[in-house]
Amino acid sequence: MRILLIDDSKTMRNIQKSVLKQLGYTDLEEACDGQDALSKIDSFKPELCLVDWNMPVMDGLTFVKKFRESDKSTPLIMVTTEAEKSRVIEAIKAGVNNYVVKPFTPDLLSERISETLAKCSA
Amino acid sequence: MDASYITPFMTSIQNVFSTMFQLPVEIGEPRIKSDSKTTHDVSGIIGVSGEMTGTIVLSMPTSTAESIVALFTGMEMDSDSDDFADAIGELINMISGNAKAEFQRKSVSISCPSVVIGAGHRVASGSGIPCVVIPCNTDCGEVVLEVALRETVEAASTTSTAA
Repeated sequence: MRILLIDDSKTMRNIQKSVLKQLGYTDLEEACDGQDALSKIDSFKPELCLVDWNMPVMDGLTFVKKFRESDKSTPLIMVTTEAEKSRVIEAIKAGVNNYVVKPFTPDLLSERISETLAKCSA
Repeated sequence: MDASYITPFMTSIQNVFSTMFQLPVEIGEPRIKSDSKTTHDVSGIIGVSGEMTGTIVLSMPTSTAESIVALFTGMEMDSDSDDFADAIGELINMISGNAKAEFQRKSVSISCPSVVIGAGHRVASGSGIPCVVIPCNTDCGEVVLEVALRETVEAASTTSTAA
């Protein structure tokens, strides 16, 4: 499965990569903001994206809205420090399928990924 | 400064450090800070805007920062590498983001983090904004959180008008 990790923090992308590799996912691509991610969509064709919210150049919410203009089905998981209920609702309305608040344990992230993939493939 | 603005940061640093790298944090007695010089050599800084204005600084000695970054990333890193600064930035980002969720009924945004490394640097948080230092003890050494926040003037006047 091709997974795109979108976060301006290399540290966070590395943590996510390590969790995903433990889950057996090795076809991973990285983007440092929403704009960078959009430029990689056509060539990488992700089957799942993990998206941070607060990023320079283009934030995660703007990315989700733009991505959903042409792709309604690829699962998107927001992984962010934005923990307020109003933010979660805003992200879900924009088109994310699941939401993980940082900090997270490897177990929680892997649980949310499995849950999202199961729901989206049903 | 209202104590309800300080408590969320105490809970948040404990939550972030224990969840991400199982490092217990013992919170000391908060105190008011009288100058803009940061307490230690490595600072992760986040700006706050919206209905609250100010800055949040995570400050620690270089040796402590190197130990914490090693726990967080799983790699030994020198303090002058870009990845070191990135890790410190992500820590203050998580601490600030978690804490702001506790500011009930306030719409607050945080900036992308900046990191400053060097002895004796100063972080100016805006004139008239009181700064509270929260000392934190860890097995890696002392860390401090410096919280300089106030209600934004327009937001405060809107609130009092509505009330």
